[in-house]
Formats: sequence, structure tokens, C-alpha cells
Amino acid sequence: MDWRDFYIYHLGKVNESVRSWLSAHAAGWTAYVVPAILGAILLLVFLLPSQLMVVWIERRLIARFQIRRGPNRVGPWGLLQSIVDAIKLLSKEAIMPRYADKWPYLAAPVVGFIPAILVYAVIPFGPDLAFADLNIGLLYLVAIGSYSVISVFMAGWASSNKYALISAMRSVAVLVSYEIPNVLALVGVILLAGSLSLTDIVRAQSSGSFTWFITVQPLAFLIFFITASAEVNRTPVDLIEAEQEIVAGHHTEYSGMKFGLFYVAEYTSILAACAVMSTLFFGGWHGIPWLERYIPPWIWFIAKIYIFFAVFIWTRATLPRLRIDQLMAFAWKFLIPLSLLNILVTAVEVLLIDNTTLAPAVWMTLLAVVNYALAALLIVAWSRAFRMPRRRSADIPEVRRLGALPAETPSY
Amino acid sequence: MLKTEPYVLNMGPQHPSTHGVFRMELLLDGETVVDMRPIMGYLHRGIEKLSEERSYTQCIPFTDRMDYLSSMTGNLSLCLAIEKLAGIEVSERAKYLRVIMAELQRIASHLFGVGTFIDDCGASGTPFLYMLREREKLIDLFEMASGARLTYSYIRPGGVMRDVPDEFWPAVRRFVAEMPRYIDEYEQLLTGNEILRARTIGVGILPREQAINASASGPVLRGSGVKWDLRKADPYCVYDRFDFDIPTGKQGDAFDRYFVRVQEMRQSVRILEQAIRDIPSGDPLPKVALFFHPPAGDAYGRSETPRGELGFYLVSDGSIAPYRFKIRSPSFINITALCDMVVGWRIADAVAITGSIDIVMGEVDR
Repeated sequence: MDWRDFYIYHLGKVNESVRSWLSAHAAGWTAYVVPAILGAILLLVFLLPSQLMVVWIERRLIARFQIRRGPNRVGPWGLLQSIVDAIKLLSKEAIMPRYADKWPYLAAPVVGFIPAILVYAVIPFGPDLAFADLNIGLLYLVAIGSYSVISVFMAGWASSNKYALISAMRSVAVLVSYEIPNVLALVGVILLAGSLSLTDIVRAQSSGSFTWFITVQPLAFLIFFITASAEVNRTPVDLIEAEQEIVAGHHTEYSGMKFGLFYVAEYTSILAACAVMSTLFFGGWHGIPWLERYIPPWIWFIAKIYIFFAVFIWTRATLPRLRIDQLMAFAWKFLIPLSLLNILVTAVEVLLIDNTTLAPAVWMTLLAVVNYALAALLIVAWSRAFRMPRRRSADIPEVRRLGALPAETPSY
Repeated sequence: MLKTEPYVLNMGPQHPSTHGVFRMELLLDGETVVDMRPIMGYLHRGIEKLSEERSYTQCIPFTDRMDYLSSMTGNLSLCLAIEKLAGIEVSERAKYLRVIMAELQRIASHLFGVGTFIDDCGASGTPFLYMLREREKLIDLFEMASGARLTYSYIRPGGVMRDVPDEFWPAVRRFVAEMPRYIDEYEQLLTGNEILRARTIGVGILPREQAINASASGPVLRGSGVKWDLRKADPYCVYDRFDFDIPTGKQGDAFDRYFVRVQEMRQSVRILEQAIRDIPSGDPLPKVALFFHPPAGDAYGRSETPRGELGFYLVSDGSIAPYRFKIRSPSFINITALCDMVVGWRIADAVAITGSIDIVMGEVDR
């Protein structure tokens, strides 16, 4: 049986059929509105259950890493735990601090949630299965993705809490610096694919002409992975909500579903980061060739998202957290130069690809070997040259001069 | 240039990483600590005064509730003081049992201390829970011996509460045989971890002279390179019969304090191996009555707990209860050196440095 004849294999065809039927039988504008609503519903059908699943997976998996059992009481294997948690959050009192700046305080969770969802508009879940196949998809993605900093800053400022304010300051510093290597790492892929459209990038990775870009862009992938985890707040670079230092960062003062919305936004952007990584570096909806005809592309894609999510959980379970100055130094001294070098190398390679007479398979293998060796060499050389800043406290007499606590402790 | 001014951040007593109810008043310039003041007293229960109303044996449960992560060594310190005051003899087997319990307790406490320290450095609990896995086995051992899992009151003036049951010995032998492998596992995960090293090496340095002047003790003192351990310097029980080393750090940073604790766990395993091999048979039970009248006078008994020198200064007026019951608690004295360590570092470091001192608030506030 060949699945490829069925709608379930090519979900994108459903939309196409609806569109053509409507343009033939109904008013012209319905051909645009109805498929758009259908697509939005389809996205939410993927996203909302994914939220619940992902929280459950994270808690279970982290429990396994920590030789615990994790939630296993509510429903089979604790599957209903997230639903119960959501109900609990919905039913909790929404507390607002007395001195909070009301409108930014109330708007921040929503402002954080909207861009997290908007990112999915351009992500192709399968052939013809992107909500909007923009020809500047990647640019849109980068632009929308960096909006999350506004929400964090609003929440941090409006809460009238010092921990939240520190978190807001950190978020601006971290997200702005990590946006640069993040975007620079993407340039290599754009050069290879010759397009900013995510669908085109995935098509460029179909086994016919190119292989998956991870084979030729290992360094870019590594940089993108690190910067993406910084942007979506995952340990070891989750400084914005570093629990041990600043309690819960920007959402310290949020309760109930406002707090829940921050969580939903965070997990949505983690999933988006996973989706972008699988689109750009791991062939998007393409699967293992001999299995591709049995398993629909959108299942391949979702499976890849979940695998990347598991990698995020793995790093979170293993590593301690960096300090703010180390994190910034890492971005500016390590990631940005390396991503610039990566662009240079890739550009030269693209130039060579256009002028080579070798068979693509041979050529790509050659490039892969060269790029992996180069990536390893660059990382080692750079880390030797610029070590992590150690034993560098501020100048203590200088710091002491800034002030001292009053001698008397005020009584509370 | 924008005019900025430092601001006060009140960290604690409710905060995820202040080890209970410790409170730090931080004066911050951005993220840099300009000044810091430790504020204690939120867990004050008046143990010193309460003890003056009770007989010597009745004071022992208080020591469980001071340093609740190492109750055995708390019991031991007080019993050493009481025995010195009243001139009570302890049988050989009881001395060995005390050493075994103290060393098991040292491992358990260091596991917890290192685990929380790594958590303070931002790990999401994985190393901590791996360490709790072994601590659980130790607590099972203590439960076999004393019936309690946290507040043992096992060591009594003149001996121990009761001899350990038969199933204790195979369990403790298995633990001692397995433990070095587990310590290797922790070290694989942590000691070479680049992030942990970047976060801790050179951070929160307590120079040698400053450590001595602050009267610090335990891993905080040894991390600063001072080779001072009461088990060698003033041997009690039967520590002088065992062969073990005192690990010391090089520069007194947070990493050294972590590393000293890991090495001490290895040394404790060494002591345990010898103690289990050499323990004589006999009766470890105390030969004194539950209530006794020590002669008028005073005595200072001390032992090396996982956090340092825990001392009890007892004054007797010949009655059934101590006239004065003074506690020298290592956590309290070590934490006073905190201010000198954190100034100039970031908030994240202040948390990590506090974790590296390994305080227990029950003991700081008493």
C-alpha cells in the first residue's frame, strides 16, 4: 500500500483542495479566509496538545535522568498531569503586586505568547504544509523570534520586584548579544540553499540534490543550538530565570494563568527552536529514504522536533549554569567570531560548488569531511586562545568605594 | 555617563538557595556585590538556655536538631564534653562504633553539602539527586542502628544507645566497597566540568591568614590550605589508630572547598574500612545512669564534624543539669567570613560561595 496517495500523507493537499473548491463554488474571498482559519486551527491542534505532552515528557525524562519516577499518579503514566496542572493554574487567584505598573504587568504574558506562536506561521511541517510560505521566511522568523525580549522586559519592569528587574536587565543583555551569532549561524544555510524561504531550504536538503545541512554545517548547527537555548532560556544559559539566583526572574510576581502563559510561551518557543533546527539542519520533513513512503512527512517533522526537545532536556539535566559575564564573553568572543568564520568558509565552498565538475555525492562527502575537521579545529583553537574568564572579580577597593550598607539594620 | 547608584537586595530568608532561613542583605551595583551583611537568627530556638534546664542526657536530642544533616557528630561532640566533665569511661567497642557512625555521617553530610553546592551553581538537581541516592543508603544504616532516620540521639554519655544489629555489618561493608566507585562517578560528572570550573575556580577566595583569623574550621579552613583537622590535631575516640590523610586546597576558592569535601569522602571510606576490620567485640552500652551529677567544674569537648570544629563548653555546679551550656558551632563561625568572600563578585557567585561554605541554619542559629 502506498500511503502517498492519501490525504493523511500529504496534509497540505487538504488545504489546496479546499482552496480550489471554494474558488470554484463560492465567493472569491472565502478561498483565502477559510484555508487560513483551517490552517490556524491545524497549528493549534498541534501546538496545544504538544504543550501538555512536552511538559509531561520533560518532567518524566528529567526524572529518569535524576533516578526518580516523575509524575505517575494522574492518568496512565501520569499523562494527565499537565492537564491537571493547567486546571490548577486557571483556578488560582491572580495576584498583582500593589506597586506594579498595571498595564505592562497585565500585557506582558500575552505579548510574550503571541510572537511565540507567530513563529510557526512560516515553519513547513510538510510539503505545502506551511501556514504562510513566505519567500523571506527566515527573516520573518528571526524578526518575530526576538520579540520575546519585550515581554520579559515588560514583566520585569512592571512587577516592581528587584529580582524581576535584574532578570529584565539580563534578558536585554543576553538576548541582544545572542541574536547576533544566532542570525550569523543561519547565513551559512542560506548561502547553501540560496533562499530565505524555509520550504526552499528543506527542498534543498532533499536527498536528490543535497543531503541534510548538518553534514556540511556542523559549526553553524552547534552555534545555533547554543544561541537558541540561550534565547529560549534553557540551562546552562537560562540566566533570565536562574532559580538559584533571582528566584524566577521576570515571572516571580506572576501567579495563576498569567504565570502559566509565560510557561506556555516558553515551551512554544522551545518547540519553535527545535522546529527551526530540524528545518535548517536536519532536512525538515524528509525522513530516512526507505521509510519515507510509509511515514507521512509531517510525522517525520514532528518526531524531529521531539528529538531535539529531548536533547534540550538532556543538557538541562546535566549542566550547571554559566555566570552572566561568562555568558556574554562566550557570545562576543567565541560564538560571533566563529560564526563569521563559518560564513567565510561556506561562501568559499558555495563558490567552489558552482564551479566543480565532481559528482555531487563525492563533492558533498569531501565538503563534509573538511567542514567537520575545520569545525573541530576552530573550536579547539579558539578555546585555547580565549579561555573562559576566570578568577576575575571586580576591583575590590574600587567596588568598596561605591558604598556600604547602613550600619543599623532597619527593623521589619 | 549615566549616573548610577547601588541598591539593596534583600536575599532571603525566603529564597530558593539560602539553605533554609539565611538572609543576606546585599548592596549591589548592577550585578556586582558592593557590600554584604549576613543576618541570622530566624531559626533561633534557644538551645543553650533550654539545655540548662535539662539533665546532661536530655541535652542530646538538641544536638540532633542543631546540625540536622550530621546528627551523629553533634551527639558525639556533646558526649565527649560530658564524658570529660564527669570523667566517664567508654568501652573500646563503643569508641569504634562512634568512629564508624561519625565517618558514615561525614560522608552523608558531604554528599548533601556538595549536592546543594552544585545546585547553587545552577545544576537542575541531577548531581544532587545522585548524591541523595547514596545518602539514602547511609540513612538506612543509621535507621538500623538507632531507629531514626535523621535525629538519631545514638551516641550517649559513656557509650552508644545500643549495639548495632547483625544485618548492619553486611550492609555497611557493601556500602564501603561500593562508595569509591560512586565518588568516581560524581567526579566524572563534576570535577572536570568546564562550566563548574569556570564558575568556581578562583571565585570567593578566602586567603589562608584570613581563614585562620576568622577562626574558620572544617573544609572551609582546609580549602584555604591549612592542614588542621581535630581527628589528627586532637585525636578523640580512636582516630589516632587509623591511617588517613587530610586533604587540603591550594588557594581557598569555592572549587577547593568542593574538592576538599570530595577527597574527605574518600578518606572517610578509608577510615571506615579500617574501623570495620578492627572493631573489637564487647559491650558498647553506657555504664552510667541516665541521670548523674558531674563534679563542679568545666570542660570543653570538641570533635571534627563535617562542617568543622563543633565544641561544647559545659560548666557544672554539681547539680543534675549544666550550669552553662555554650556551643561553638562551625557553621556560624564559617559564615562570618562570607562577607570578605563575596564582595566584588556577582549575585550568582554570592549564591555559589554561600553554598560552598555548606551552612546548616539549625546550627547557625541554634
